[in-house]
Amino acid sequence: MAQELQTDYWKKDIINPEGPKEYNILNVGPTHPATHGVFQNVMLMDGEFIVSTEQTIGYIHRAFEKIAERRPFYQITPLTDRLNYCSAPLNNMGWHMTVEKLLGIETPKRVDYLRIIVMELARIADHLICNTVIGVDSGALTGFTYLFQDREFIYEIYEEICGSRLTTNMGRIGGFERNFSDKAWDKIHHFLKTYPKKLKEFESLLSRNRIFMDRTINVGPFSADRALAYGFTGPNLRACGVDYDVRVMDPYCSYDEFDFIVPIGQNGDTYDRFMVRQEEMWQSMSIIKQAIAKLEKLDDKETYFANDPRFVLPPKEKVYNNMEALIWHFKIVMGETEIPVGEVYHSIEAANGELGFYLVSDGGRTPSRLHFRRPCFIYYQAYPEMVTGNMLSDAVLTMSSMNVIAGELDA
Amino acid sequence: MYKPGSDRDQLVISLLTGQFGNNIEQNEISTDMPVIKVKKSAIYDVLLFLHDNAELQYNFLTTLCGMHYPEDSQLGVVYHLHSFVNNHRIRIKTAVNLDNPVLPTATTIWPAANWMERETYDFFGIIFKGHPNLKRILNVDEMVDFPMRKEFPLEDQTREDKDDSMFGR
Repeated sequence: MAQELQTDYWKKDIINPEGPKEYNILNVGPTHPATHGVFQNVMLMDGEFIVSTEQTIGYIHRAFEKIAERRPFYQITPLTDRLNYCSAPLNNMGWHMTVEKLLGIETPKRVDYLRIIVMELARIADHLICNTVIGVDSGALTGFTYLFQDREFIYEIYEEICGSRLTTNMGRIGGFERNFSDKAWDKIHHFLKTYPKKLKEFESLLSRNRIFMDRTINVGPFSADRALAYGFTGPNLRACGVDYDVRVMDPYCSYDEFDFIVPIGQNGDTYDRFMVRQEEMWQSMSIIKQAIAKLEKLDDKETYFANDPRFVLPPKEKVYNNMEALIWHFKIVMGETEIPVGEVYHSIEAANGELGFYLVSDGGRTPSRLHFRRPCFIYYQAYPEMVTGNMLSDAVLTMSSMNVIAGELDA
Repeated sequence: MYKPGSDRDQLVISLLTGQFGNNIEQNEISTDMPVIKVKKSAIYDVLLFLHDNAELQYNFLTTLCGMHYPEDSQLGVVYHLHSFVNNHRIRIKTAVNLDNPVLPTATTIWPAANWMERETYDFFGIIFKGHPNLKRILNVDEMVDFPMRKEFPLEDQTREDKDDSMFGR
């Protein structure tokens, strides 16, 4: 719809057909309800249509890469929380796996499965926000207010596992700080039981809704070639028709044992991005169920951290009652353990795409260089190309469907 | 788990050394992917070759980041490339002297390099020749320093020369 209007409109200036075209400059952001985060777009407008746009980012830059050069590995986990704060556990686990790769720690199967449960819950929470917000920006607030309760359920599960909700700081290098409690399991099962029904209901509200389809189909389309050139990853790349998923291409954390589909779209437009995320939520549900089944098959019900006393914190009971354990706890937390010299790149499939950690260690207590590959930062630079020639209201939808998270964008 | 020396690793290295000879040195043993050091004069040709060669097809620039090596008074750039066709990753490293940190841009090969190079310029002061819009991206425009260089240390939390007497410690 938008495309036809645009070609008609560009032929002549309606107000003044003879004279030169008149353009307006519009500031969208830095704080604007339609941007869902702190970033600015200075748009050159021809009436309702966007002629060009220039982005300004960095409003919440917090210098994480610099701070990380003065932090022992444990103290970097809270920094990763604040990258994509909609799915903090994914970032935490990604960072822990990076360190494990450097240190050569092998995690037991049970830890892998527990991690997968948490990571897929985080993916659902992230996609849930993104998809309901696409609904909000196209005028359907119902789904957002309705599904937010389920995000709340996921946050309650985090709370049972690690004690916090948004910036979780979950897990440890080598596993978790404690085993999942019975209450956590109850909540996970409750979520698995109730969520499919509500997700189905949400899907039926939007996916075949005439208004929603008119507002999203062919809005902000992007070709697979351009998407690859621009370094798209995650649902945004898959919506363009490229089936790249780090979980399949470069399996980590025993993902190769799981059976799931990588959904892809065709046109790379807002509707495809919505549908890909929607299907990924269903796949995540299936992965969680498979992980629970695998956990039940394991004889071992107690292991929740890798058996590597050099880097894994001793249990709290021992720390309080045993001198050696206390010393080790102190040494690990303060980063006084032997750390090998080397460099690793580890990437995980975060909710927005390939989240990579490039860690360079010179043997000191802190990384000598840590670089985050933030998927948002890389794909947001294609935004002007996606919205030029579109209407402003479509640009808002395009941005929310790309799921640009300010924390990840600005690091 | 990555094992060094697979067929594809060796293919990449032999093709590169065959094409560029002395400009390539592979002297690092890495635990996750082959690491190739390239002289700065050849970096653009190497990247273009890796992108265009029909056997290699490194079509995806995963990430690009700056480095600072104060002991050699050098700055560096590390490129992580990924070939989706062969599902193979490599790491390309290059270094320039601090007094003249100029490198050719990779934006003509991968448009994704645009913001990554701006970020590298912003934090390390590496100038990418041919970049369409090389200005600061995350820091304010008025800034004069390049904050990720090692001459700007953050305060060490374990410093011993701090005077704690005011805090009763």
